[in-house]
Amino acid sequence: MAMLKLENVEVCYGVIKAVKGVSLEVNQGEVVALIGANGAGKTTILHTITGLIPAKSGKIEFNGHNLLKTPAHKIVSMGMAHVPEGRRVFQGLTVLENLKLGAYTIKNKAQISESLERVYQRFPRLKERRNQIAGTLSGGEQQMLAMGRALMSSPKIILMDEPSMGLSPLLVNEIFDIIKEISSSGTTVLLVEQNAKKALSIANRAYVLGTGRITLEGNAQELLNNEAIKKAYLGE
Amino acid sequence: MSFLSQLINGLSVGSIYALIALGYTMVYGIAKMLNFAHGDVIMVGAYTIFTAVSMLGLDYWIAIILSVVFCTVLGIVIEKIAYKPLRKASPLTVLITAIGVSYLLQNIVLLIYGSHQRPFPKIISVKSIKIGENLVISGEAFFTMVITIVIMIILTLFIKNSKTGRAMVAVSEDKGAAELMGINVNRIISITFAIGSGLAAIAGLFFASTYGFIGPYSGAMPGIKAFIAAVLGGIGSIPGAMLGGILLGVVEGLSKAYISTELSDAIVFSILIVILLFKPSGLLGKNVTEKV
Repeated sequence: MAMLKLENVEVCYGVIKAVKGVSLEVNQGEVVALIGANGAGKTTILHTITGLIPAKSGKIEFNGHNLLKTPAHKIVSMGMAHVPEGRRVFQGLTVLENLKLGAYTIKNKAQISESLERVYQRFPRLKERRNQIAGTLSGGEQQMLAMGRALMSSPKIILMDEPSMGLSPLLVNEIFDIIKEISSSGTTVLLVEQNAKKALSIANRAYVLGTGRITLEGNAQELLNNEAIKKAYLGE
Repeated sequence: MSFLSQLINGLSVGSIYALIALGYTMVYGIAKMLNFAHGDVIMVGAYTIFTAVSMLGLDYWIAIILSVVFCTVLGIVIEKIAYKPLRKASPLTVLITAIGVSYLLQNIVLLIYGSHQRPFPKIISVKSIKIGENLVISGEAFFTMVITIVIMIILTLFIKNSKTGRAMVAVSEDKGAAELMGINVNRIISITFAIGSGLAAIAGLFFASTYGFIGPYSGAMPGIKAFIAAVLGGIGSIPGAMLGGILLGVVEGLSKAYISTELSDAIVFSILIVILLFKPSGLLGKNVTEKV
């Protein structure tokens, strides 16, 4: 059974329909990529899943829960974390304070320090800079902080929105390595990316989004070799 | 009176403005709205004490606690009924609603207590403090400053160290990201209104004690001045509200003493205009660039 399931989801901004009946599934343990051009509706879909934007119609289910009836602040305790586009770390707070906010819904102090240790292990740089104000970190470090913050709630699934945006090629590789690691440690990943080639190279399956609709879906390797995809998104 | 005692008077009035300004600035920082009914909560707080002490004959301390509790609840109720339904409305709609709430509070009090000024009971009776030959600090002024400083320290520690405090900072920076952390934004907004209104009750006590009389419109002037103090310090900034309030009180006090009582308000407002011309985000405000 699918862990996360979207059925015919429609989202509007005023009178403009941004998402026109999208259905997709993410199974436990998978890395699923959602690729597509700027403005195709990728970010909107993620925001609708985590409840930041209401859907007009359709169904979103996560482990049997109806997410459309769940307020955004209750979603993280169900086991879903969202690394938003543009990182959105809390600029005025320190690295440590940001990470602790990631575990806001967790009451057990021992569990929080355990998660903190795990995040520090995965991102040693965050440990070095734990008392630094987040707004003074570099773009790559802020991305790591946003990912670390999401991992603090020990999520079953993590939604990542454009984690490679604005980063140098070297850092992009590093970030994708980390996503692979997160996946191999048992967390399911739904990855939104403009860097289609990179995303497809680490994903199991992928959906291609074109102006609010899924235009193609399938095995990530096959999509990598698909002529239409190559032309439209891989620049070959 | 010597310059020093004028300065202390100004500091004392300024700390009252600072207490009120904290309510403005915290609500603005978190709910991104100007709560123009905030000044009238001060007046309601003062009337609560007046009712408890002068009409019901209750003990001073009970009256003060009653006033803080009543205003805290009033703040939460106002937010729930008047502002929460407008969370997605335009800022202008919310602003006009706040002005409506302000008139509502004034007129309810007018209806119950009538329009004439009431003498405010002498609650704070602390002996004057004499320092050296000619510097006498009135007990009230001293008490006001000490309590204000204590409140500011507690508030700063609360925001810096408590989980709720850090959630408040998170909400004021980025509501959406805060929700993704599992923070219930509506609850945080409610808590902010509660704290701001509780502080307003204490400010109401000090303000009414300083002037000795209260009327249904008593909250309007300190409210607007505290709003100016908040803007002066940089609206949304807590240290800014403290600094702005104290600065405003001192300028007002010294203008009254050395220039002209009638002109003191004009001077205060002119300073605001001049500072905002040169530093539109206020003294401690951050320059915010709107992202599109």
